[in-house]
Amino acid sequence: MPMQISPGAFLAPVVDWLNANFHGVFAIVSRVIEAVLGAIEAALLSLPALAVIAVLALLAGLAIGLRAAILAGCCLGFCLLAGLWQASMQTIALVGVAVFISVAIAFPLGILAARRPRIEAALRPILDVMQTVPPWVYLIPAVMIFSLGRVPAIIATIVYGIPPMLRLTTLAFRGVPRDLKELGQAIGAHPRTILWKIEIPAAMPTLLVGLNQCILLSLAMVVLAGLVGAGGLGAEVTRGLTRMEMGLGLRAGLAIVAVALLLDRLSRGALDRRAARRGI
Amino acid sequence: MGIDMTNAASTEVLIDCRNLWKVFGDRSKEAIASITQRGLSKTQILQEFNCVVGVSDASLKVHRGEIFCIMGLSGSGKSTLIRLLNKLITPSLGTVFVKGRDISGLDGPELRRMRARHIGMVFQSVALLPQRTVLENAAFGLEVQGIPREQRNEAARAALAKVGLSDWTARYPSELSGGMQQRVGLARALTADPEIILMDEPFSALDPLIRRQLQDEFRQLTKDLGKSAVFITHDLDEAIRIGDRIAIMKDGAIIQVGTAEEIVMNPADQYVADFVAGISRLHLVKAHSLMQPAEAWRATTEGRDMTHLPRCTTEADIDTLIACITEGDHDAVAVEDDGRIVGVITVRDLLRGVRGEAAEASGPSPAENAA
Repeated sequence: MPMQISPGAFLAPVVDWLNANFHGVFAIVSRVIEAVLGAIEAALLSLPALAVIAVLALLAGLAIGLRAAILAGCCLGFCLLAGLWQASMQTIALVGVAVFISVAIAFPLGILAARRPRIEAALRPILDVMQTVPPWVYLIPAVMIFSLGRVPAIIATIVYGIPPMLRLTTLAFRGVPRDLKELGQAIGAHPRTILWKIEIPAAMPTLLVGLNQCILLSLAMVVLAGLVGAGGLGAEVTRGLTRMEMGLGLRAGLAIVAVALLLDRLSRGALDRRAARRGI
Repeated sequence: MGIDMTNAASTEVLIDCRNLWKVFGDRSKEAIASITQRGLSKTQILQEFNCVVGVSDASLKVHRGEIFCIMGLSGSGKSTLIRLLNKLITPSLGTVFVKGRDISGLDGPELRRMRARHIGMVFQSVALLPQRTVLENAAFGLEVQGIPREQRNEAARAALAKVGLSDWTARYPSELSGGMQQRVGLARALTADPEIILMDEPFSALDPLIRRQLQDEFRQLTKDLGKSAVFITHDLDEAIRIGDRIAIMKDGAIIQVGTAEEIVMNPADQYVADFVAGISRLHLVKAHSLMQPAEAWRATTEGRDMTHLPRCTTEADIDTLIACITEGDHDAVAVEDDGRIVGVITVRDLLRGVRGEAAEASGPSPAENAA
């Protein structure tokens, strides 16, 4: 009899058991995510495309600057002209929600890991696994639990987006100069005050890199999730691939680049700006 | 002038630390136990427990209005010691009383209040927040205490004016030179109006000219405002320039405490002696430690008349004495106290003083003579 290690043999029953016993919980999670996604998508798609472009460009211009406004206009304009407006908006909604949840999980854990070496040691192998396992492997249990659609896609995306944010959060907080933290203690600041007024501003540049990585990797994953029926640009890419339609594949690919540029520059600009304004 | 300021230090003790120890390492508890029970040395602790002794059995008192310098080379434990005073580092053993309260007994909020109100701190690295303006940096201590903006900015402006930075309030730290940044650091400590300021090698990274200027300003400001300060330095010249009293640290222990003159004239051991060897005595050594008793002088000179000699006070330094003697054509100067001549300093005594030797051991001490 050949020797074979098969963790799947253990994991599959676990997933089944989870499915059988926690169906209610998963159903609620599923419904909440669907609702939020649906609301964002509906908001983005209810207005005419040109109006959305104008509003977003205006917001980018007011919040960040002229260059960001032009960039937003161009990226969204391309998506519209490529005939992929609806798919692009779906993708933006998916990535937005996934990144929000990833950051909400990774940021506090990252701070904790920066403070407690033991927690970091415990997290490191988990993060390594999360990052190196081919991403579509996550899709299998996610689909088994949440069935096809956007929810498993977003769960897999969150799992994929957490490690870079967490690692860079830890790095960012480790990198806060010791004397600044000491200053906070020496002037009698509450630890919470030290966190908000000293550590986070000092960690901001590295945190922004983390956020940026989180967004770009999430976007890559969301596209992959087109395989499980998540819709959006991923679905267009999948369609182009399965039908061997070069034109569709290329258009969808470039639209993904446009969305990536948009999300990256806007998030960076907004946070940079806020960090700078807090100082004035 | 320096003398009057020294005497201005009152007898009220603001910081009193007794037998402080700090041992770093995983087995510091065991190490401390064996220090108290078996009296192990620093090297034995390192060998046996792999623990580093940062501060060993340090005791000191800082009085109100006094500038107390702690001088030691890197690794002597001076930075650790100063952090024990506001409990940035918790001592392994021993107690610190600040204004009569044992700070080891303070809980979190009490300790924060103590640091915020009574103990300011200035760092070698300055530790300014780069994304805040000079004014906001100076007001930061009050900001974290929740003082309203108007009020804290007013206090910060006043503090910045004291250090001569009124025109720079809207600038960012990166726009300032090193010396100016350190002034902001000092202003930040002054804004909260604490009684005690801990200075952790604040001027070490500055170039010599600026350093000297800041030393003088710091001393002047501290005395004007009636603050007390603990000042860490690795530079004996700086300690002498600034400190009313100086503690010399080596290997975590305080090996001598005294005024600059006491330390220069009577070094406790060879280590201190080597340290003070290069120090100019001109402004340090005072007439009272150089003079020989008037009677002794009269005996050796067969009753020469002292009234023709130039006069000086007991606190005149060597530089003044040399000026006194060389102005006229004299070979000695009379030292008077309360209008009475208490001693005489000859050219020979002066030369010995320049070399760092006290009055000749054969004669009675100035104190006995005065009595």
